[in-house]
Amino acid sequence: MSAVDKVASEAPPVEAVPKRSMTLGTGASLLMLALLIIGPMFVKNFIVFQLTMLLIYALAVLALNILTGGSGQFSLGQSAFYAVGAYTSAILMEHFGVNYALTLPVAGLICFGFGFLFGQPALRLSGIYLALATFALAVAMPQLLKLGVFEHWTGGVQGLVVTKPDAPFGLPISQDRWLYYFTLTIAIGIYIASVNLLKSRSGRAFMAIRDNEIAASAMGVDVALYKTLAFGVSAGITGVAGGLGAIAVQFVAPDGYTITLAISLFLGMVVGGVGWLPGSIVGSAFIIFVPNIAEGISKGLSGAVFGVLLFLVIFLVPHGARQVAIVAQQMLGKLTKG
Amino acid sequence: MPATTKKLAIASTALAMLAATNSGAFAQKKYDPGATDTEIKIGNIMPYSGPASAYGVIGKTEEAYFKKINAEGGINGRKINFISYDDGYSPPKTVEQARKLVESDEVLFVFNPLGTPPNSAIQKYLNSKKVPQLFVATGATKWNDPKNFPWTMGWQPNYQSETQIYAKYILKEMPNAKIGVLYQNDDYGKDYLKGLKDGLGAKGASMIVLEESYEVSQPTIDSHIVKLKSAGADVFINITTPKFAAQAIKKNAEIGWKPVHFLNNVSASIGAVMKPAGFDAGQGIISSQYLKDTSDPQWKDDAGMKAFDEFLTKYFPEGNRIDGSVMFGYTVAQGLVHVLKQCGDNLTRENVMKQAASIKDLELGGLLPGIKVNTSATDFAPISQVQLIRFKGETWERFGEVLSGDATN
Repeated sequence: MSAVDKVASEAPPVEAVPKRSMTLGTGASLLMLALLIIGPMFVKNFIVFQLTMLLIYALAVLALNILTGGSGQFSLGQSAFYAVGAYTSAILMEHFGVNYALTLPVAGLICFGFGFLFGQPALRLSGIYLALATFALAVAMPQLLKLGVFEHWTGGVQGLVVTKPDAPFGLPISQDRWLYYFTLTIAIGIYIASVNLLKSRSGRAFMAIRDNEIAASAMGVDVALYKTLAFGVSAGITGVAGGLGAIAVQFVAPDGYTITLAISLFLGMVVGGVGWLPGSIVGSAFIIFVPNIAEGISKGLSGAVFGVLLFLVIFLVPHGARQVAIVAQQMLGKLTKG
Repeated sequence: MPATTKKLAIASTALAMLAATNSGAFAQKKYDPGATDTEIKIGNIMPYSGPASAYGVIGKTEEAYFKKINAEGGINGRKINFISYDDGYSPPKTVEQARKLVESDEVLFVFNPLGTPPNSAIQKYLNSKKVPQLFVATGATKWNDPKNFPWTMGWQPNYQSETQIYAKYILKEMPNAKIGVLYQNDDYGKDYLKGLKDGLGAKGASMIVLEESYEVSQPTIDSHIVKLKSAGADVFINITTPKFAAQAIKKNAEIGWKPVHFLNNVSASIGAVMKPAGFDAGQGIISSQYLKDTSDPQWKDDAGMKAFDEFLTKYFPEGNRIDGSVMFGYTVAQGLVHVLKQCGDNLTRENVMKQAASIKDLELGGLLPGIKVNTSATDFAPISQVQLIRFKGETWERFGEVLSGDATN
């Protein structure tokens, strides 16, 4: 329980929850949206690809954020759900010729089911113990994907090559740009749905469980159901992100979904601010770009440089991007008053 | 995509025209992105971090070797700009880095990226962009496929051809052998096993008495050895990575099992396998090689080895001499320098591929005597010869002729 308590105590008081989950103000949201829409029009395809990956990882971080920030449960197993989503999309596209857009809901549904089932042990475990159980899942997943039984479908260690979709209706934009806007549309949809989820009755139930399980059940919240539900929703969104990732990268292989990915996503959540949904994109940017920066500083010591940068972030802004945003907001408020 | 290709095409035509106008007298100078009068930009992707980081030393060796080439005046007056990125052996990251190299850094080609999954991830992309994926650092058999992937070329002898050579040897010398196989349960182990079965042919099914596989995560393989012995095998095909190879050799000696022991080239290292396992236990083991083993005393006065040592002391003092990866990186970098010299002033991607595919009997200092690099428009497997070796005393003794085993032929 201690770890959960920590999250709860770090979070603002309960009254502030709706405001917190409100995320950014309308103005800031629109500005962000405009940036995301217009920005990619002026950059190289490679950067568009990186931005697509940014959105995809942001979705996966968002999913973890709902689980940890919302319902207070830990997971180091998100890479497993991501892998299942990626493989679902890849297998449907390559073996069954299903349209890429249609594979995503299937990936989401399968992962929802998978997460919901895996959420069952979550009822018995909490805090660090749950984190360890999910850790086991993440460690096991790459090996399961290599199993000879599934090899016909998964391609074993060799993985599967996925065909990148062209822009539909003969639109005169490159595959990368099309995929970016496709991903952006889905990401915005999921983001809005997530914000609404956390504001809804279910969202309040999640947060009640996070803050105090006993009190929540006393208030009539079905703790078991909502805990597994949170797992399912989180896994489902991660699955969609995985499917998108497979399409963007054009390749799936067991080595792409190791525990390192799960830890990166966890890292992204912490850097973005636990429980603050817009932080997901900041966290995602951190896990994509900071390793590249670290490598640019020193190739041999890239891991160490990354560690130092991470340490600085955690030390200076322990609440991640949320803290920065709050400070910025206060300063802006002072400026406008003055 | 079509738009990009068009842009690229326009850009490269413009570049070519620019080059043509700049140097009217030298009209034969031709450049693609990444090549200029003073520089050749080469991309590379290595696992400097992550589970396969032990191989990262290959990239560092190559970097050091190009430093040496630059210090000596470069290639046809052009300096090599070697841009090497870390992918942590994670295919999605490999794709990101490959795209960065091609679209942002605009390298002439991608050289020696490491690992089968990472290379599989970028093969389609690089081929569609018509960017050479040259001398990939993996022993999988699929890289020799010029028909479907004309921009991808392997380097080292592939796994399948190696066990095919063992199979030929067994069929000739021990036609009544009872073969026991131990292999690592992944792409590398399975590739080797397939080569063995193909090499044994129809008769193979009856000759193999037991196939045992192990997982990399297992701490020991002792029980498999005991099982193979009790199955009555008198030929042991040992398809294991160095740590397990040493265990197997030790265990064999312990339980007094003395089959004819074939050890795959991956583990044919004196420093990493034979010495830890104990020289006594390793006597008579048969393996194959194409590179000189740096820890083998027989090369002490060899010219190629002396040049290698000189390179190490001058440009790469931090390199571990007995690490086989250093010799690997050194040799493949030499191979590339040969190709670039052949390209002359025509540094287009097409010409790089063309020159890489027309290497004739190239001998390199790190290769065993008699082993030559050969390629052609239909043969994208540069090194396909190996030498059988037998462990005697404290060193590998070469025996028989240099054998060729192109798996595709």
